Amino acid sequence: MKYETVIGLEVHAQLLTQSKIFCGCSTKFGQAPNHNTCPICSGFPGVLPVLNKKVVEFAIRAGIATHCEIERCSRLARKNYFYPDLPKGYQISQYELPICTNGYIDIASNRVAKRIRLTRIHMEEDAGKNIHDMRSDASLVDLNRAGIPLLEIVSEPDIRSAEEAGNYLRALRAMLQYLDICDGNMEEGSFRCDANVSVRPEGTTALGTKVELKNLNSFKGVEKAIEFEIRRQIEALSDGGSLIQETRLWDPDREETRSMRTKEFAHDYRYFPDPDLLPVAIDKEWIDEIRASLPELPGARKIRLMSQYGITAYDAELLTNRKDVADYFESTLITHRNPKAIANWITGDLFRLLKDRKLDEKLYITDWPVQADNLAAMVALIDQGKISGKIAKTVFEAMADSGSSPQEIIAEKGLEQVSDPESIEEAIGQVLIAHPKQVADYRAGNQKIFGFLVGQIMKATQGKVNPQKANEILKRKLTEGNEIHATSGRKLD
Amino acid sequence: MSLAALTLHEAREKLRKREFSAQELTEAVFRRISETEENLHSYITLSLDSALKEAKQADELLKTDTNPHSLLGIPIAVKDNFLTRGIRTTCASKFLENFIPPYDCTTVKKLRASGAVIIGKTNLDEFAMGSSAENSAFFATRNPWNTDRVPGGSSGGSAVALAADQCIAALGTDTGGSIRQPAAFCGVVGLKPTYGRVSRYGIIAFASSMDQVGPMTKDIRDCALMLEAIASYDPADSTSANRPVPQYSAALTGDVKGLRIGIPKEYFVAGIQPAVEQAVRKAVGQLEKNGAAIKEISLPHMDYAVAVYYIVATAEASSNLARYDGMRYGHRARAKDLTETYMLSRAEGFGPEVKRRIMLGTYALSAGYYDAYYLKAQRVRTLIKKDFDETFKSCDVIIAPTAPTTAFKIGEKTQDPLQMYLSDIYTISVNLAGLPALSLPCGFDSEGLPIGMQIIGKHFDESTILAIAYAYERSTDWHKRKPKL
Repeated sequence: MKYETVIGLEVHAQLLTQSKIFCGCSTKFGQAPNHNTCPICSGFPGVLPVLNKKVVEFAIRAGIATHCEIERCSRLARKNYFYPDLPKGYQISQYELPICTNGYIDIASNRVAKRIRLTRIHMEEDAGKNIHDMRSDASLVDLNRAGIPLLEIVSEPDIRSAEEAGNYLRALRAMLQYLDICDGNMEEGSFRCDANVSVRPEGTTALGTKVELKNLNSFKGVEKAIEFEIRRQIEALSDGGSLIQETRLWDPDREETRSMRTKEFAHDYRYFPDPDLLPVAIDKEWIDEIRASLPELPGARKIRLMSQYGITAYDAELLTNRKDVADYFESTLITHRNPKAIANWITGDLFRLLKDRKLDEKLYITDWPVQADNLAAMVALIDQGKISGKIAKTVFEAMADSGSSPQEIIAEKGLEQVSDPESIEEAIGQVLIAHPKQVADYRAGNQKIFGFLVGQIMKATQGKVNPQKANEILKRKLTEGNEIHATSGRKLD
Repeated sequence: MSLAALTLHEAREKLRKREFSAQELTEAVFRRISETEENLHSYITLSLDSALKEAKQADELLKTDTNPHSLLGIPIAVKDNFLTRGIRTTCASKFLENFIPPYDCTTVKKLRASGAVIIGKTNLDEFAMGSSAENSAFFATRNPWNTDRVPGGSSGGSAVALAADQCIAALGTDTGGSIRQPAAFCGVVGLKPTYGRVSRYGIIAFASSMDQVGPMTKDIRDCALMLEAIASYDPADSTSANRPVPQYSAALTGDVKGLRIGIPKEYFVAGIQPAVEQAVRKAVGQLEKNGAAIKEISLPHMDYAVAVYYIVATAEASSNLARYDGMRYGHRARAKDLTETYMLSRAEGFGPEVKRRIMLGTYALSAGYYDAYYLKAQRVRTLIKKDFDETFKSCDVIIAPTAPTTAFKIGEKTQDPLQMYLSDIYTISVNLAGLPALSLPCGFDSEGLPIGMQIIGKHFDESTILAIAYAYERSTDWHKRKPKL
């Protein structure tokens, strides 16, 4: 039997506010433990929360960008459970009335656009961190993270494969980065994902037994964990077994999921509206104001890049998937405006470099292996005929290794293109002499030999001759065949 | 007469006339405490040193300041669920027995800014859960009118401190009657302001949607002065009201002509002590003589108030008290692992009534019960509010007894929580509706125990309540009577 996979994702995105969601403490990362704390975020007796308006604004931004309905009145609710990193014994979150509902994100799936619906986006506070000290058999609590604002973004079960899940996450992360509300760092935990995975016989509509996957700390982790889980579930069902509704942890070292708790042990969080906080009332004017101030989002930028620079939809898509790449692309064009060529260099050689150096796992690349103005200068040199495309590949690699400018590299390695006809003629002459049989074949009508001879010329000159000029001269020399014979004094037949 | 017997407004005037110093006044109060405390147990913690220091500072200011702050040099007692920076705050719980707060609650900050002298922290039912001050983890406070009787609760310590002249004015909190009922039992004035009128920031939360800070005083003028000092919008409390604070003392004209007073028939039914009904009806008669219009009204959902309250309040409390987990402050049990640390810390730290309410509230919020209990209770709460809204279309205030009986005996109801809960039957609906209400003395029963009359007003209309209370008080001397100690 063939099975269909059904996936819904819950993403927790830490918001880039200056202060925490319910107190004035700093959200700065990397401070000494419990440095960014006060009686409010440490859950002292008597303290009360006051909602950070910026969090509401960021939630509205995210809601508008993902085509959600912004609820004019939403509520904060308490989610009750005990854990040492949760100082109040409850997390302030949203339950029945979230701030954003019914949105969607369009992603690419096998180069085809696909719409993933969003159930809701809600605001909540992060918990602190427990640090387990292996030497002293003790656990320590750091509350710096307690009260950092989060958006929880919940998708409908519209995702059908691990790859789609990855694409959805990348698109969502890019969106949040474009909105400048989340840095999207999965490794540092500012962009976290839980996946609900189930399978069902193809053609059926009822949902299968759902498994929630946790501890997915990287894009690769998400994809691998989902793939593992799909296999596990299909194998279990194919063997005539059944699945239980449970939460499973992804173990990235052993590359498998393990049961964490089953449904019977699921928490009863006893949600209820937080009586310390008023309903969040949002007026239309504010929503309009935020809508008007939204930055350019990936979709709009893609269309602009196509019309402004005349690049293909496919290139524009690749370039705008990441804000940093799109920014890089546009800053390259400031130095040299050849959008098509630069787009090709970025989506080809640069992307391969990013992947090799694992820079594509980064959130926002600032330390590009090749500086934008250097790439621009290099393409300019090609366009000016100073270097060939082939030499450019060498220059590109050298720039990535050394960080030097293309001019420096060309000078240092003597890669400048040879354009003076005498030198080229000299070189070609040598090649023709060395390959008399091929020359004869060409003259006998085998046009394909021409390319071979060009290759030999490039080889002999380490690619430095200007290819156009080399072509011209070669063609001329081949048609002036007798001259060659005369000078060489040899007969061909 | 001891200086400690003065009212706030009397003491204030005399301080300003330099008839005595703030230090002398504070010393007189502490002298009175040392003479009487052994039989009463009003205070959990006394802050003699800091109080004397504050009094001396007040005296300096009184010498030079031509327009001194309203409470400058006035010794004030604070219920021990107000966080006081550097002064132990226990909430009458073993859990917080050694808790020294790192900050002052907004109300105490305001008291300090007004020049008040904080003399100590008064006893209460643990976490303000109770109606007799017997649920304190440390000791029961006794009623000064008869030390075999309870003082009421939960603000029992503050009520007794006032009635016994162990302070000049006091603060309490009222979630279901915790200011008004002990005020009635001890023969003093107690006001629960409108929900949102006084900041809750730094008050140890019991039931967040009902907790409210209020003054407890020796007479109505003092009550108006205290309310002026503590009422404010507090940006740190999202539920506090951003509206101007009127000058409440300006409402004390003595004139009640034309004011419409509603008497709810549901308050005068079986279970009420005859002496209480007689005293309240007589007081209403007095107000009628003074020109107020009296009419009988009905609050049909009143019967459900106690049930609704004990679902909503316990649900909120079950969550509010989750932070007492032994991790960061307060009691931590010796235990072998995390779960046991939670269980033992809370088992050892909380008393039986607190545990009972946490369990009730946890149950009411649990999956499968939420709709039937918490949600239903919230709906009935709305009906109760509507009853009041409807009534206030034709009345300016509602007058009723504060409690069905006078102070009961110590131990009388401790074995029967439901009987204990019913002693708040007349006060609870006011908290559910968020309304302001005041209790003031209106007589004594045959055993010489004080009777309290409750005046309930419209939202944010404390002025009218105070105006009527003042008019009544002027025509009696109940508030001037003192228990023999």
